[in-house]
Amino acid sequence: MSELLIKNGFVFDPLQGIKGDRMDIGVRDGKIVEPGALKNPQTIDAAGTTVMAGGVDIHSHVVGPKVNVGRLFRPEDKLFKSPLKRCSRMEMGFSVPSTFKTGYDYARMGYVFVNEAAMPPLHSPHVHEEIRDTPIIDNAAMPVFGNNWFTLEYLKNNEIENNAAYTAWLLRATRGFGIKVVNPGGSEAWGWGLNCEHIHDPVPYFDIAPAEIVKGLIETNEFLGLPHSVHLHCNNLGNPGNYTDTIESLKLAEGYAPKNDFGREQVLHVTHLQFHAYGGDSWGNFESRAKDVMDYVNAHDNITVDIGQVTLDETTTMTADGPFEHHLRGLNNLKWANVDVELETAAGVVPYIYSPKVKVCTIQWAVGLELGLLAKDPMRTFVSTDHPNAGPFTRYPQVITWLMSRAARDETMKTFKWLERTIDATSIDSIDRELGLYEIAQMTRAGPAKALGVCNTYGGLAPGMDADIAVYSLNPEDMPSDPAEIEKAFARCAWLVKDGIVTVRNGEVIAEPAKRTIWVDVKVPENAQVQRDIYEHFLRHYSVKLDNYSLFEEHLFNPRVIEVDTTQ
Amino acid sequence: MKTVTLTLTNPPELYVEGQNITPDNFAGKKAAEIAALDVWEGKQKSPLGRYFTVEGNGGATAEETKIVLRGDCTRVKRVGQQMTAGEIVIEGNADMYIGGWMKGGKIHVKGNVDSFCGIGMEGGELIVDGNAKSHLGSSPRGEWRGMQGGVIRVAGSVANDTATFINGGTIVIGGDADIHVSTHGEGGTVIIKGNAKGRVGGQMVKGNIYVYGTIENPLPGFQLVDEVEQEVDGETARFAHYIGDLGERHPTSKGKAVYANLYTKL
Repeated sequence: MSELLIKNGFVFDPLQGIKGDRMDIGVRDGKIVEPGALKNPQTIDAAGTTVMAGGVDIHSHVVGPKVNVGRLFRPEDKLFKSPLKRCSRMEMGFSVPSTFKTGYDYARMGYVFVNEAAMPPLHSPHVHEEIRDTPIIDNAAMPVFGNNWFTLEYLKNNEIENNAAYTAWLLRATRGFGIKVVNPGGSEAWGWGLNCEHIHDPVPYFDIAPAEIVKGLIETNEFLGLPHSVHLHCNNLGNPGNYTDTIESLKLAEGYAPKNDFGREQVLHVTHLQFHAYGGDSWGNFESRAKDVMDYVNAHDNITVDIGQVTLDETTTMTADGPFEHHLRGLNNLKWANVDVELETAAGVVPYIYSPKVKVCTIQWAVGLELGLLAKDPMRTFVSTDHPNAGPFTRYPQVITWLMSRAARDETMKTFKWLERTIDATSIDSIDRELGLYEIAQMTRAGPAKALGVCNTYGGLAPGMDADIAVYSLNPEDMPSDPAEIEKAFARCAWLVKDGIVTVRNGEVIAEPAKRTIWVDVKVPENAQVQRDIYEHFLRHYSVKLDNYSLFEEHLFNPRVIEVDTTQ
Repeated sequence: MKTVTLTLTNPPELYVEGQNITPDNFAGKKAAEIAALDVWEGKQKSPLGRYFTVEGNGGATAEETKIVLRGDCTRVKRVGQQMTAGEIVIEGNADMYIGGWMKGGKIHVKGNVDSFCGIGMEGGELIVDGNAKSHLGSSPRGEWRGMQGGVIRVAGSVANDTATFINGGTIVIGGDADIHVSTHGEGGTVIIKGNAKGRVGGQMVKGNIYVYGTIENPLPGFQLVDEVEQEVDGETARFAHYIGDLGERHPTSKGKAVYANLYTKL
């Protein structure tokens, strides 16, 4: 029986409403217990430090074929950026780190759960193989549905029950976690060289519009009662003036209420909102519309968002939004990759440099922070960089510092070549708000865990939950005046306990506890129609046979199944 | 300037990764400290002194440090990698990556070098009295920002893929060049005093190439526009002037499209 006592830290646990109280946290056999229940624990002295649950990342591209394309076609991303061996496996890369570096770096920052944002269903074995190779952190992966032929056909005919049965089948076939939607309709249209920039543009050959796809998937999601909501990457990403399309997409959630047993309160999660909150009609008069978008989000409780903060780094963009990636390569003329995944999705990869010398980039930087700072409810607004699209996840400490410190923002803005134009085009200079540690705990663990429907296990420190605990060298009663100290503290946590095992000490990984794969198994009534449709499509249209499609058990690593039963 | 002389007395069985042999690393160190610097042979790390006898101390700074390598350094790689100042003289041959990612200073190789020399170069001077193999002054694998500045002079001939993605700087080749010169180039100058085999300037956007001899297989993407008299590397000559690669994108400057220039001596 292994026991651990984390003594005297300032505890921030938004799920229990604990706001920096000086408390002890007890751990026994990988679970959190009342400190009084411990008999002879090993003690960690956390006096004068901040104690939070392990971090939860709701949206990050860390495993799977497009991440690997990024790794393969950017060897320069590893050049002189691969430290000598520090842990049991080699680490390399910066914007698209190796699986090993991904796991270690998340752990060093005190994160324990990372949700892979887009799994092409056909390539789910590759996704799960990389999950297995990503040490320490627990992973889930969301298969993409928004351009799937089955989904489009069922939703065109308004067959929610059939779509639900298909969704349940695909989640099981891919050991997936939830419903991801990327540029609904647009990535399918890309197969014909087209796109759906607006939510009422029809998808060619399918007689359905993106708006109907999103609404149909919300209905499907709530029909099934999945832990997570529909996870939407809106149409028209990254273009000037797209905020109107974004608000129209957000409005699609109106009238829907969450129906689930997992404590989730939203019906729609809109991801990397920063890329979708732009005004103007060209790169010349490009401006922020963060306030308009955030006003809508603030006023509607059934929506959650993550910010997708631009970190001003050289990075590698990768998304299932194939047409957008092709558009991007035309902007920067760098090497690019693009692919169509049969009946399911598409994807593209392009390196990108967010430079403080480029006006559009610094406005993008401001938009993300405006979203975070204008958020009224940090339980519904989460920290992300859409890793690696707006910046690598290893910059989260910097994003947190920008949110917590006006001085840190000013320091960064000093490096901007077009500072005045950036200030004119955004409201960043007029915002003095500085978030506190409680709000950061909401935005980086409690909020994402609740939105993912896993807050009974992750994101909090209540007895019975997984013993995932991060300790940061920050004293809330004596916060450092130099924002660089905040960044340092979040970059390398003092302690990380994962599943009750001391994993990180003084920012160094000292143990590699077994990681898990989280997936959602939905039981639905037998549906002969859907089974026949699946059989027919595989016979006629897929390049693989049905029997070879579903994930083989040996691909699945250390699973933790979340069961949903709709037959009751 | 102080001189450190390294004599290869115990040649490696494999190859020595000598990225620590730079004036930057030797500056401020005594001979014994220099002999204790790490080098790698395969997967084994050893002190420099295992292979070389070290005579003389480093100068106070890289600028004031000169390194002389004696003995057969055919199996020594990465000498002068990322150096910023000072001087290196290699009395004979050397292996790959000599002067890679060099930012300043001077390297003089009196024999031949292998591939990847002057790769990712940003400044300084690399002089080779013999021949060089492939990827001279090229960009590192995957990198689209190749040679940024500096000068490379090879008295002999070079193999393929010279100056890939060149962005700036000058490469002067006394002899012949094999295929692929300045592929994807966006600046800089390559001067070939002998013949070129072919694929000269493929997908080139900007920059200059001079070929004194013949191009065995010229690319169709280059178009003859005029004849010009130009001073190149200290001597004046008449050249046929081609622009290209017409199959590639070209930026505009002051309303005019910018092309890469290929000059062949008349």
